[in-house]
This record gives sequence, structure tokens and C-alpha cells, in this order.
Amino acid sequence: MSALLAIDRLTVRYDSRDVLRVLSLEVARGEIVALMGPSGVGKSTALRAVAALQPFDEGRIVVEGFALAPGPVPPESRLVPLRRRVGLVFQAHALFSHLCALDNVTLALRHVLGQSRSEAEEVAAKLLVSLDVGTRAAAWPSQLSGGEAQRVAIARALAPNPPLLLMDEPTAALDPARRRALGATLRQLSEQGRGLLIATHDTEFARGNADRVITLTA
Amino acid sequence: MIAARTFGVTGLALCLSTNLGTQSAIRRGGELVWGGDAEGGAPFVEADPANPSRVRGFDVEVAERIAHGLGGDRMARFVQVQWSDIDLSVERGDFVLGLSGVEDTPARRSRHAVTLPYFEFREVLAVRPGDAGGIRSLADLRGRRVATLGATIAYELLISARDSTGLIPISYDDDVHPYGDLVAGRVDAVLLDHIIAQRALRRRGGLGFIIVDQPVAVGHYVGVLAYANTALRDSVDAVLREAMRDGSLEQIFRRWGVWDPTQGMLFDRVLRSGPSGAAARVATTGQALAYIPSLARAAAVTLLVSVLSMALAVIVGLALASARVYGAGWLRVATTVYVEVIRGTPLLLQLFVIYYGLAGVVRLPAFLAAVLALGLNYAAYEAEIYRGALEAVPRPQLEAARTLGFSELQILRLVRGPQALRFALAPMTNDFVALLKDSALVSVITVVELTKQTAIYATNVGSWVVPGALCAVVYLAMSLPLARLARRLERRWRPAT
Repeated sequence: MSALLAIDRLTVRYDSRDVLRVLSLEVARGEIVALMGPSGVGKSTALRAVAALQPFDEGRIVVEGFALAPGPVPPESRLVPLRRRVGLVFQAHALFSHLCALDNVTLALRHVLGQSRSEAEEVAAKLLVSLDVGTRAAAWPSQLSGGEAQRVAIARALAPNPPLLLMDEPTAALDPARRRALGATLRQLSEQGRGLLIATHDTEFARGNADRVITLTA
Repeated sequence: MIAARTFGVTGLALCLSTNLGTQSAIRRGGELVWGGDAEGGAPFVEADPANPSRVRGFDVEVAERIAHGLGGDRMARFVQVQWSDIDLSVERGDFVLGLSGVEDTPARRSRHAVTLPYFEFREVLAVRPGDAGGIRSLADLRGRRVATLGATIAYELLISARDSTGLIPISYDDDVHPYGDLVAGRVDAVLLDHIIAQRALRRRGGLGFIIVDQPVAVGHYVGVLAYANTALRDSVDAVLREAMRDGSLEQIFRRWGVWDPTQGMLFDRVLRSGPSGAAARVATTGQALAYIPSLARAAAVTLLVSVLSMALAVIVGLALASARVYGAGWLRVATTVYVEVIRGTPLLLQLFVIYYGLAGVVRLPAFLAAVLALGLNYAAYEAEIYRGALEAVPRPQLEAARTLGFSELQILRLVRGPQALRFALAPMTNDFVALLKDSALVSVITVVELTKQTAIYATNVGSWVVPGALCAVVYLAMSLPLARLARRLERRWRPAT
């Protein structure tokens, strides 16, 4: 079976300094892979390269047959297939601060996938309920706790139903109870057939929840 | 200009030293300190081309004749003052006698001590040669634009003719540009003193317009003194009578080419009548009320100019900001140059360039030129506000939008724009209130808005107290609700915290 995500000898340099050196990994459908390592080792950089938010210098990234090559990031018009395949949950959540939780989730459904408002709201409400933030649908991002904001951000990334979900330091702002709950959520997502690549420096969380742990060293 | 500046310094020095009283100003050093406007130019008062630190003109010589006649080898000493401020300055004691084509009006007589008339002028119409057959009087100017100098008898004539004949009065700050705009086709006629019309025609080599023979009205030039200064006024009157009798006044007028038989008839009438009566204050309540409709109209002009300019500023500002944030390198450079040039030069200069400077290429109507100049000026400031606001939207939110598959345009419309608008709202409101006040500058290109109308009103009633207060109230009535509206919008759009 071919991998959902294949990263082959990925290298990223800033000002001729390697921030990520020859990373190779694969993520299969239904698999949770943790990318471990200390701060500054290039975990986030790897995720950003997969999401085509930043260029890379060497190597190759393939997401379900869609390949990214070294060099400048292609224009958005050529990235449409990638955008349908990859969801990204940012460390600081990056919720749209002018929209309530529900509208954060419906925005892409309506304006990218062309769903009607009622269709989109139905999908979004279900997602929020499944992530245990159904009651916070009308809240503004500034009114949400760290854990709630993270789950809304997960819902937003999952709304277009991408097979691959990338998460950057998901446990950074969570208390122990929330970390456990997050682990259960991730398992649920993988059981739905998604592949998850999680950048974290939380060893305990990675060991406890990932199918595979890949450790980057400086 | 050099002359004006020199006199300005002298005037300031005199201001500081004349609080001893006006009589001391004339006694000290044997000087008669008189005020006039050298910007008005020949043949009244102008900087001497041979020595710009001196002035010349028939009013200069009249002042010298008066100084001489007052005895004691007095010298006339000139103080530069803006023409429309002569009355206020003479009451302040900046000088004791104002002379510079000062018109004899009932309002002036009621508020100041005024000398006997020493020159008779005719209010004459100037029209383009093609209109010469059809325009003989104000009645022939229905629906046409007629220019004059603000705060003059001619302006009052046009205002009353507006109601009776439906002409459109256009007020200028100077008496040169009306004739230029007449030739250029921006106005259809000019109504001003015959001396000014003849001078303008001479400067144009007798071409471009003709002066209608039949005068619209007749008026007189007088000297103006402070209300309490009737004793000196009576002495000045005595000197003027003497100068009319001994022919010295006639000689002055002949030297400057303004003598005609009507002056002789005026002298006869003056010499037959007794001393001029003490100035009597008349009630001015009616006069003040008469200006209310004009003020309301001017306030509407201010509001309209401001709203249209702001709309233009927002549209152009958005385009400039988008170019600066999203554009290619050369586009960013071009917009940066535009923003810096506009912000680094005075709005007044931009108004002049657009209205007068471009007249050879495109002859913009004054109102349009005002909206363009204000709008393009404020666009530079708006652009900086929008650029700052766009850049204030957190980058991770833009990246999150990209990963969700939005196009750049969708990100701008759905994520970046709405948040930037909220950041921009408060500074935009401040700018609009500033624009409302800056719109007063457009009066220099003949658009009579609130401040200009107030200045005309104040000049004619001889006081700034009531007109100034009324004007302030109207500006506040326009700006305060705007600020309130913006605060309400900000509150509504801001997520509760």
C-alpha cells in the first residue's frame, strides 16, 4: 500500500544554514506519526513545507500522488489538490478573530467547497459536537480557553475532510486531563482512516499516542 | 513678497508697541501709521519694483498727503495687512488709518470712524467678447457664473442678484484670478471696481474680455479709523477737503491714470457738504440673520466636498495600500513615491496645481478640482492606514486561510479585509474629521464653504464673535455625530471579550 504522505530527503536552509537536514518519513492512512526533537530542530519547518507554506531546498514531498519539488512555493492556483489533501492545526490555533467558532469552521466549506450556509453549518456543528465544543459554537475566539480554541482549530482543519492532518505542538497549552482527551481524539481521527503527523517535544504524549515516533536531532 | 514680509515684521513690532493708544502711534516719531494690502497691487498699493521695501500707488500718495496735511512734518508709514482684515486691525490699533480701496458701506460706517469719500468707483461687468452683445446688466446673467472679490459691495450685489435674477455668485480671495478664469471660461462674467477691471484688461494687452460700459452700481473709497478715533478722522477729513480744493488729490489720481470727470463732481459734492457726521451704530441683528441661509448652504458645501473627497480617498487609498502590500517591486516603489510626495507637500500647493496649474491641460470646475485635490491628498494618508491595518492582521491567520484552500483574493475579502477594516476605522474617522476642517482650504479656489462664508459674514458685520461661534457649532454638529457613529461601529464589530 502506498503511503499517504512520503517525505524523501527533505532539506531546508535559511541563509545557507541547514534548519532541516535530509528528513525522510512516511505516514500511512490510519497511522499517527510523531515527529520529536528539541526546539529549533526543524519539526515545524517540516510541517510547513508539507503544507506548502514554505519553500525547501532539496528532497521531495508527495501527498497522495501530489508532489512538491524544491524551489519557490507554487502559486495557490496550482496547489488546489494539495489543499484538499492536507489540514494543518497551528500551535497558536490562528482562529479567525473576527468570526465566531462556528463561522471559523464553515468559512472554507462555504467559500472553497461551495456548500450552502445551512449545509456548512450542519457539518460544522457535528464536528464541533464530536470534538466536545458543540456548546461553544457562538463564542468568539477571544472567549475560548486554550483547549477549546485548539479543538475549534482541529474542527476547522477537518471540515474540508482532508485525509492528512498535520498538528504543530498540540499539547503546548493543555493540562494533563486535556492531553489525555486530545490523545483519544487523535486516535478517533486515525480510526476514521486519516493519517496524522504530529510535531511535538512532549515525549510522554508521543510515546503514549503515536504509532511511530521519529526523532530529529540537531 | 519681500516687501510684505518686511512690513509684516514692522507691523508686529507696531502691534506690540501700540497698546499705548492710537494717538501715540501717530505722534511717535512724527509718523502717520497707516495700513493697506500691497497684494491688492497697483494702482492702489503695490511694492515698488525699483525698491521692493517701499510701496507705491495712489493710496500711498493719499496717505502721504494726509500725513503731510496733519502737520509737524509727519511721515506716512505703511503697515501690510490683509485687505479683508483692515477693519479689524484698525480697531486693534495695528495702525490708525486704513486705506487700500476701502469701500464706503453702511456696515463699515456703523462700526468704525470713516473718512469722507475721496474717490468714486463704478462696479462694472467684464464679459468675454462673444457675450458682449447679450450681457448688459446682472439681469442678463440668469444661471451664469459671476465672479468677484469676497466681502465687497460687488459680492453683496451678486448675492442679492442671486435671489432676484438667479445668477451664480463665485467669490475669490483676490482680484486677479477672476479675470483669468473669465478668459478661461470658468466664469461668465466678473463684477468689480472699474479700476481693477481696467488694470486687468491692460495686463492682458486689451484682449480676452471687454468691460460693459453701463456700470452696475457706484461706490466710494474711504479711509477707515477706529470707532473711537473720530477726532483724528475729522482732521483727516479736513486734510482731504484741502487736497480736493488745492488740486493735489487730482494730481495724484492723474499720475496714476485714474482721474476722470466723475471725481471732479465727487469733489464738488464733498466740498459743498459739511463735516461728515459721527458714525452711528445701527442694529445689526437683521443683518446677522440674513446670513443664516448662506451659512447653511456653505455648511452643505463643506459636507458634500468632505463626503465626496473621503469617498475618493478611500477608493484610491485602498488601491494604493493593496499595491504596497501585494504589488510587484516597481509598483511598490511607485506607490511609495506617490504617498511620500503627497504627504510631503502642502495641500494648499496641491489645490493650486490642480486648479490653476493644470488649467492649460484640463479646465476642471472648482468644485471638482476641490474634491480631486482633497481626495487625492487624503488617499495618501488612507493608504498608510490601510497598509498598517492589513499588516496588523496576524500572519498565522493568513497561513491558516491558505491551508484551507482560499485564494489570495478570498483571503483579502473574507479574512484580512474585515479585520483590517476594524483596525482602520478609528484612524479613518479621525481623518474624516480632519478632512472636514481641511476642506476650508478649498475656498482659495473659489468654492465658498463654511469657513469662507463665515469670514465673509464676519467682515461684513465687523466682528468674528457671533459668526465664529456659529461656524464652530456647525462644524461640531457635523464632526461629533461622526465620531460617535464610528465608536458604535467599532463596538459592534469588536468581539466581546
